Formats: sequence, structure tokens, C-alpha cells
Amino acid sequence: MNTTVKTLALAGSLALILSACGESGDDNASGGGELAGSGSGDSCVIEAPVPVGAALSLTGAAASYGESQRKGLELAAEQLAEQEGVTYELTVEDDATDPRQGITVFEQFAEDQSVIIGPTLSNGAFQAQPIAQEAGVPVVAISNTASGITEQGDYIFRVSLTEAQVIPQTVEISKEEFGLEKVVVMYSNDDAFTESGYDVFASALEEQGVEVLDTLTFSKADTDFRALLTEARAAEPDAIVVSGLIEAAIPLVTQARELGIEVPIIGGNGFNNPQLMSETGDAAEGVVVGAAWNSASEGELNTAFLADFEEKFGHQPDQFAAQAYAGMTVIDHAVRAGCSGEREAIKENLGAVSDVETVLGTLSINADRDAEHPAVVQVVEGGSFTPLN
Amino acid sequence: MQQLLNGLFLGSIYALFAIGFTLVFGILDRLNLAHPAVFAAAAFVGIELVAVGGLSIWVALPLVAVFGAFLGLVIERVAFRPLRGRPDAHFAGLIGSIGLGGMFIALLLWRYGPDTRRFPVEAFPSTAFDLGPARVTLLQVAILVISVLLMAGLTWLVARSRLGRAMRAVAENPRAATVLGLNVDRVTATTFALSSALGAVAGALFALNVNSAQLGMGTAIELKGLAVIIVGGMGSLPGALVGGLILGLAEVFAVQYVGSSWRDLVAFGLLFLLLVVRPQGLFGSRRVREV
Repeated sequence: MNTTVKTLALAGSLALILSACGESGDDNASGGGELAGSGSGDSCVIEAPVPVGAALSLTGAAASYGESQRKGLELAAEQLAEQEGVTYELTVEDDATDPRQGITVFEQFAEDQSVIIGPTLSNGAFQAQPIAQEAGVPVVAISNTASGITEQGDYIFRVSLTEAQVIPQTVEISKEEFGLEKVVVMYSNDDAFTESGYDVFASALEEQGVEVLDTLTFSKADTDFRALLTEARAAEPDAIVVSGLIEAAIPLVTQARELGIEVPIIGGNGFNNPQLMSETGDAAEGVVVGAAWNSASEGELNTAFLADFEEKFGHQPDQFAAQAYAGMTVIDHAVRAGCSGEREAIKENLGAVSDVETVLGTLSINADRDAEHPAVVQVVEGGSFTPLN
Repeated sequence: MQQLLNGLFLGSIYALFAIGFTLVFGILDRLNLAHPAVFAAAAFVGIELVAVGGLSIWVALPLVAVFGAFLGLVIERVAFRPLRGRPDAHFAGLIGSIGLGGMFIALLLWRYGPDTRRFPVEAFPSTAFDLGPARVTLLQVAILVISVLLMAGLTWLVARSRLGRAMRAVAENPRAATVLGLNVDRVTATTFALSSALGAVAGALFALNVNSAQLGMGTAIELKGLAVIIVGGMGSLPGALVGGLILGLAEVFAVQYVGSSWRDLVAFGLLFLLLVVRPQGLFGSRRVREV
């Protein structure tokens, strides 16, 4: 399955030709397929399109996330091509939510791509990213939230906030808003992502002095949570804290409200999905989620992104699409900063990314190669996420 | 009290699923492993009928049953009949049905994509009653009533009707049944259709009950269905019913009294113990073969 997206829009190519003509005296510009360009920042001109490979989960368990990411990347590449000077040739390959296939895709990308995006899940990232590190190709992780991703090497960068960055804020602000004293914690214990989310929740709750009445576990394949929720209800908590993926979140929230549990339900990153409201109706009211992306942000970049995405794909973007889009923004910034589409230059400038405006807010890459930008704690009110803080 | 009801509702769906499983096994001595795929397919088709077709759930459910019956005929025709003559027909049919089930799931993936789907929120009124400390929704009551009616109807059908007599004759000895002038092929096909129709209704009800339908939902319940029919006694209809309820209750009480992490261990451990004590299953009779 190979969906190569040539993003040499007509307007983009015209602009390229025009600006190339304007600088005909420059030696660098006449290289023919050169990745090193001339100028810098907005005036940077690189003749050849910069090859960007994205290894996403387009099929398999994480397919709904990968699909969002693909759309976010395509929209970004298309829009970047409309700006003068630099274009990107985006190649999206499917890792089938299988770390082994992720490795194969990375090996292929290591041969001809300037920068690699992905993979979708942290599980796959731990296995595939060392290949890029070995080959000296910079990687931008756009959705991995597990800790240790960027510790794999100095070519691995990440624009997605980790659970460890988001969850403590979620717990702190919820405690202030709802006066939490005692909670019941639920999480699926057969998934690395939700389990690490649980660990962060547990330590954040302890730090804030919130009592945990009971800890209940379920399997990521479970869909009937009534027995667990009945237990949770009996403990009479001030809120229920859940670390689970969206597939579990929707039935869990529905069944909780059905059983008459009216307290806030505080979720991890998996809950941060507009499907939660569209698929559970009124039941989602009072669900609290910490997120890396504030979909309701009034920022100019974000409102334009929402409108453009809606127009191109006919539905609202989710956080995965927003982070993918921001990933391309950051890459474009790094490429233009050094005005070069070559691996070493991109790596160098990714590390120097500081205060870049993205749809996620003002973003910087810190010394650990992790992104830092404001998180948002949102509560579902009247059918949509509203910032709590 | 609430947990008792939770277990009862969960168990009634397990039972409805298992009863379709056990029907084919009891009468034809074949294990149809495409049954879980029918379960999943029915949920997705039911959702499409309600969400896109705009039908009421009460119209959609019978249609889902018809769709299931059709799949049952396909399964019999494609996975079982061509292999009937082989000396290892039991095993060949088993493998054939696994293959066909995989194809059904692949077709679902192609038609609906990998996303989890659900019935629209307004598909069923969200009325709830308070029974003392427990809370029951209208939907759960409806599911219990539908399951019990279908199972009672099936038991009556097999025990009393002309078709049921023919089924039992085929179960006893297919060759003798042919000699007696029964159309064995037709009885076989009808059995598959009935079985899959029940599995299909179970799938749609399950998706309605948990507000979620996934491609893997059949696989998740398959093992439980097999456990239920083994505990109930292979081929026994009341056995599947009681076995389903026992498994549902065991899971729920494992959560309440032992801990959520031990649910499957306790529930399946209990079933295993039952088998050790009563190897033929609750309602099974030891088969006596005279040489």
C-alpha cells in the first residue's frame, strides 16, 4: 500500500520557477535537484522537493489514529507547497500497527528520505526508531507519548507532549475545580500506553494528596464495564479517573451514566477525541481530559487549520491530525532555518527549534529533544470540549 | 443486587450466542467457527440499517436475523457442504469455517473500515428504572426478554415441531434419516440458517448493549461461547442457556469479590472445575456407542 503524494502544486512550482529566475546569479540554485538551498527562513529556496517519509498505522488496531495523521500531513504538505521556495514530497507508508512492518518501512525510508515521521504508536517507535538513528536520519515523532522515546538517540525528536507532561496538570486543575478528595482509578492493564498513563495518574494523585479508594483493571478488548462501574459506584468517589483508549472510553462513559454515576470522569490522552461526544451523546457531559491540542483555541493558525481541514476532508480534525500538522510546521521551520533539505542540517536545526508558532501553540524543542508547549485541560460541556482552566 | 442483574444481562447474551453455536454442533456434529464473524457482521449491518437506513430498531432486528440466516446458508454451502464427503469432514469443516469467517471479517473491513461503530444515541430510549439499590435500563430488559423468547422458541421448535423432529432424526443418524425420506440437505441448511440468525441477533443486541461494535468483537466472545457450550454439555440447548448465565454471573462476582484483574482467571477456573466434576457438562449425556 503506497500512497505517494506529490505535493508539487501548480502554484508552488510556478513560484519556484519565478524565484529561481530571480536569483539566477546564485551558484547554489542552479544545481538541479540540490537539497541545499540559498537564502534563509522565508526567503529560502531549495530546488528539489525535500523527501519526507511517514510511517503511519493505516490499517490494524491503530488505523483510526493513522488515518487522522495522514490527513493532517497531507494538508500541511499541500499548504507548505503553496509558500515560496521549499516543497515537500510526502511518502506515506503503512506499518499495519505491527512493529515488524514498522522496521521494514523505516529501513526503506533510511535509504532515500531526508526526515522520517512516525510511527503512530509508541510500541512501534521503540523498535523502528533505532534504525533511523543508526542511519543518521532525523525522526519527528508526532503522536508517541510514552517516556523514553527521545532517549533512543540524538536523531529522535518529538512534537507530541508526553502523558507525563499532560496528566499532572489535568489532576491539579481538576482537583482545584471539583475539590477532589477521593477517587476510583480504572485502567486497562494489558496495554503499554494505558498502563504508563496509569502510573503517571497514580503518582500525580499521590502528589496532590487525593485518596485512591479503589483501583480497577480491565482489558483493552473489553466493552462491558458494568460490573466494574458498579464497584466504583459503591465506593462513592468524587470522580472516576480512567486511563484507557477511545475504544474503551465510549462504552465506559455510556455505561457509567446509565448506572447513575454523575461524578466527573477524568480521562487520559485516549479520551481526547471528538468521537467521545458524537458517539455517547449526553453521557459525555462532565468528562475531563488533558490534551496537547486545544481544539477551541482562537489562535489564528488554529482557526485556519480547522476551516481548511473541514473543507478538504469534510469533518473536524482530532488531536492526531493537529499534531501531524504541527510536525510538518516544525520540520518546515528547521529546513528553512538552515535552508537545507539535507539530513544533518535538518537534525541540527530541529534541535534549535524555539518559540515556533504552531496549531498546538508556541512550541520549543528542549535539550531532551522533547516538545514543550502549553497543555490544556478541557471538560465536555454542552457537547463540546471547553477549557477548564 | 446490581451485580446480579449485570451478570444476568451479560449472561443472556453469552447464552444467545452460544445457543446458535451448540445448535449446529448438537444436530450436525460440526463446529462452525464462522459463527463469531456472523456475530460481528450482524452488528455492523444492524448499525447501518438504523444509522443510514433510518429504520427503527424493531424493524432492524428481524432484518438482521434474516441477514444472519442468509450468512448461515452461505456458510453451509461454501464451508461445509463441499467438504462433506471427506473422511475427515469434521476437521475440514472446522478449518473451512475459520477461513470463511476470516473472509467475512475482511469484507467488513473493506465495507466499514477499521473504526469502532455504534448505534446512534437515539436508537433506543434511554429510560432507566430504579429497583431498590439497583438500576436497570429498558434496553437491558428488552435484551433479556428477546433472548429468553428466542431461546424458548427454539427449544419448542426442536422439541415439538415437524422441523424439529426432522432435525433430531438427522442428529441421530443422517443415513437413516435419508432412508426415511427426509431431505437431509434441507434440514442441514435450515439448521445453519437458524443458528446464524440467532448469532446475528446476539451480535446486534451486544453492540446495542455496550454501545460499541468492533471487527474483533466476535473473537472476543468466541472463547466464551465455546466454554459455555462445553460446560452446558455439547449440543444441549438448556445447557447453553444455563452455561451462559453461569459464565456471566461468574465474571461479575469475580470482579466484586476477588478483584478485577482476576476476572478471567476466576471465571474460567470455575468453568474448568465444573468440567472436572462433571466431564459431560451440566446437561450433557455421555454418549454410548455400541459396537
